[in-house]
Amino acid sequence: MSIRGGLRFILLSEIVFPFVLLILGVTLGLLQVLQRAGIIKSTSYLGIEYYQGLTLHGTINAIVFTTFIIVAFSNAMVMFSLKRSLKPGVQWVSWLLMVGGTLMAAYAMLTGKANVLYTFYPPLIAHWTFYVGVVLLVVGSLVPFFFDWIPNYIAWRRENPTGRFPLPVLGVFVTFILWFIIVIPVSIEILFQLLPLSLGWVEEINPLLARTLFWFFGHPLVYFWLLPAYIMLYSILPKLVGGKLYSDPAARLALLLFLVFSVPVGLHHQYTEGGLSAGWKLWHAFLTFMVALPSFITAFTVAASLEHGARQRGGKGLFAWWAKLPYFSREGDQWLFSYFIAGLLLFLFGGITGIVNASYNLNLAVHNTSWVVGHFHTTVGGLVTLAFLGISLYMMAKLRGVEVKAKGLAVAAPYLWLIGMMVFEVAMSVAAFYGFPRRTAAGASYIDPASPLYHPEWYFWAHLSAGGGAIAVLGFVAYLVSFLGTLFARPVREPVVEFPMAEALHDEPVPLLSNLRPWLTVSILLIAFSYTYPIYESMTKGITAKSPAYNDRLPVPLKQTQTEASAEIPR
Amino acid sequence: MDRFEKNAIVLALALLFFFFGLVVYAAKALQIEVPTCLTGVNPFQEGRVIVLDEGAKRYQVNLLARMWNFEPYEIRLPAGAKVDLYLTSRDVVHGLRINYTNVNLMAIPGTVSYARVRFDKPGVYSIVCHEYCGINHHLMAGKIIVE
Ligand code: HEM
Ligand SMILES: [Cu+2]
Ligand SMILES: [Cu+2]
Repeated sequence: MSIRGGLRFILLSEIVFPFVLLILGVTLGLLQVLQRAGIIKSTSYLGIEYYQGLTLHGTINAIVFTTFIIVAFSNAMVMFSLKRSLKPGVQWVSWLLMVGGTLMAAYAMLTGKANVLYTFYPPLIAHWTFYVGVVLLVVGSLVPFFFDWIPNYIAWRRENPTGRFPLPVLGVFVTFILWFIIVIPVSIEILFQLLPLSLGWVEEINPLLARTLFWFFGHPLVYFWLLPAYIMLYSILPKLVGGKLYSDPAARLALLLFLVFSVPVGLHHQYTEGGLSAGWKLWHAFLTFMVALPSFITAFTVAASLEHGARQRGGKGLFAWWAKLPYFSREGDQWLFSYFIAGLLLFLFGGITGIVNASYNLNLAVHNTSWVVGHFHTTVGGLVTLAFLGISLYMMAKLRGVEVKAKGLAVAAPYLWLIGMMVFEVAMSVAAFYGFPRRTAAGASYIDPASPLYHPEWYFWAHLSAGGGAIAVLGFVAYLVSFLGTLFARPVREPVVEFPMAEALHDEPVPLLSNLRPWLTVSILLIAFSYTYPIYESMTKGITAKSPAYNDRLPVPLKQTQTEASAEIPR
Repeated sequence: MDRFEKNAIVLALALLFFFFGLVVYAAKALQIEVPTCLTGVNPFQEGRVIVLDEGAKRYQVNLLARMWNFEPYEIRLPAGAKVDLYLTSRDVVHGLRINYTNVNLMAIPGTVSYARVRFDKPGVYSIVCHEYCGINHHLMAGKIIVE
């Protein structure tokens, strides 16, 4: 489909804008591994403090970059699948909200007014611009869904009364229904607790309730990141290897199971806190195991699709066909394969370590240790990031009407990232057995042989993780060369929105798997059942006192520092 | 759906139920439990060690987390001590893990987290704050010395 004018600008900038920020985000990641290992001793570098940098790293990489790319990809995919243009008016509103919100939050973080990390747990409190910025970004990301894609789908349906719900559009709709559901609790947290506290409209808030509302959002958030990657695995990846999607119904079933199980699982981030009953934590643990099922189905479907493709390319034997996949191919669109396969290999470890995290009492061994950091750099920092990097480069080249430049580097990038992140993951996982904490500027204390807090057993692993991180950054640099080369190349053809789309091998229509309503109903009932009591408990029995606001500088409530002269308070 | 697909789904479910079964077994039979909602324990304002029964080596430790240290900072216990550990925070959210034990708790102001732990082996068990709690978070540590 051809595209031009404002719409083309919007889609392009939804890719380029977060990239500019991602360059900062990845640079900060490099600083973090160096600071955690004590290779950089100071907790402040280039004018950015460790925890300020970590807030930027988490927020930019995991919230801003992901959200922008998901919106850009979904915009393009819905447009391409339904063959209907988008509405520039709606897109501009969405764009302004998202860009404006991001700039507000960036202002707060860059000026050190929001050193609260991307989970912003109260009673540590940030400047109000941080919260408003996050809300605007999130609201902006929902605008196209309600005012562009749903109307387009209804119009498409009218013209195709018997046509099947296109698989990628079903995927996008599941993703954004999920997103809409979980934005509600986090908006309640921000608008009724954090923002009023930040502005001084209220004196105190309930920090336990805030955490419960946050994780109501925070875990399903990972499926918001993951599902677009799965959509790519189902609809694009099989085509790249010259095959077909093994099973269309299985892909739909997986997407719909995510709709049912992915929200009522947030207590698995709260296993280690008092104030919530163990029985409900175990229930959320059970549902977390259930939400692993659609990922298992996806693993099977993807592997079967790859096998089918490899056999079309002459692959033989039980395992020998693996050798026939286009790992290093630079032909046509096949360079994109490297991003998916490297991401999938990382995700294998992400899945296994994730099951460990979910395992209730086993979580006691890993909660808030470096294990968790290793885990999510193979999930969101692995499959999700690589799929998004790949698809961004792909879409950007099409939107500009150019060939991808420096394809060799573009193909090398995901493998460097894979190697680097694997080393990082192993180092962080092993260090965790000895208790290496996350979210800690360890180089200034635990990894410093001169410090009384020195922990020699973490020293080697912290350094190994720095090595891994550096290799991953090298991969990012390789990618960036190709990305910038493509961005500034001279156009050679019409700008288009286009994806390589695979057909399905097994394709019998199952009406239940194209109808969102029953699944959504079950989902809402399950959420209501699983969260009513924990929220009630967070507001009553679980907590005995509310908390005033603090900032990251002083061990006394903010109010007190503002009324007394802050110089008089001992540090 | 074809046969292979059905098999894959059944196998995946069987694996997940098996894992979950192990988790429940560890919780119920081996008593490796996560903290639960305590009612009737009020957050305390100071940390201390209370000897419950010297002969039976039973202790209660009220550990108070605050920006940026633990009270008490250093705890001495005899080998074999059975400890009821209560943790709360006086200001923001903190957390701790006691190395080489199953103790891993969050300290949330207004709530009390609880764990039971036995220290059989003599040695130094380091404690570090593992939840970001402000600018000096990486300096917030403590230890338990078992002799
Ligand atoms: C080469 C690239 C990267 C390196 C070297 C890196 C390194 C790190 C390190 C060392 C931490 C832990 C800091 C700490 O706990 O003290 C961290 C945290 C984190 N990283 Fe990365 N990272 C990279 C890329 C990414 C990407 C691409 C994403 C997501 C898309 C990501 C998401 C996160 C998140 C969400 C956190 C948690 C922040 C927090 O605990 O508040 N990182 N990263
Ligand atoms: Cu989770
Ligand atoms: Cu702390």
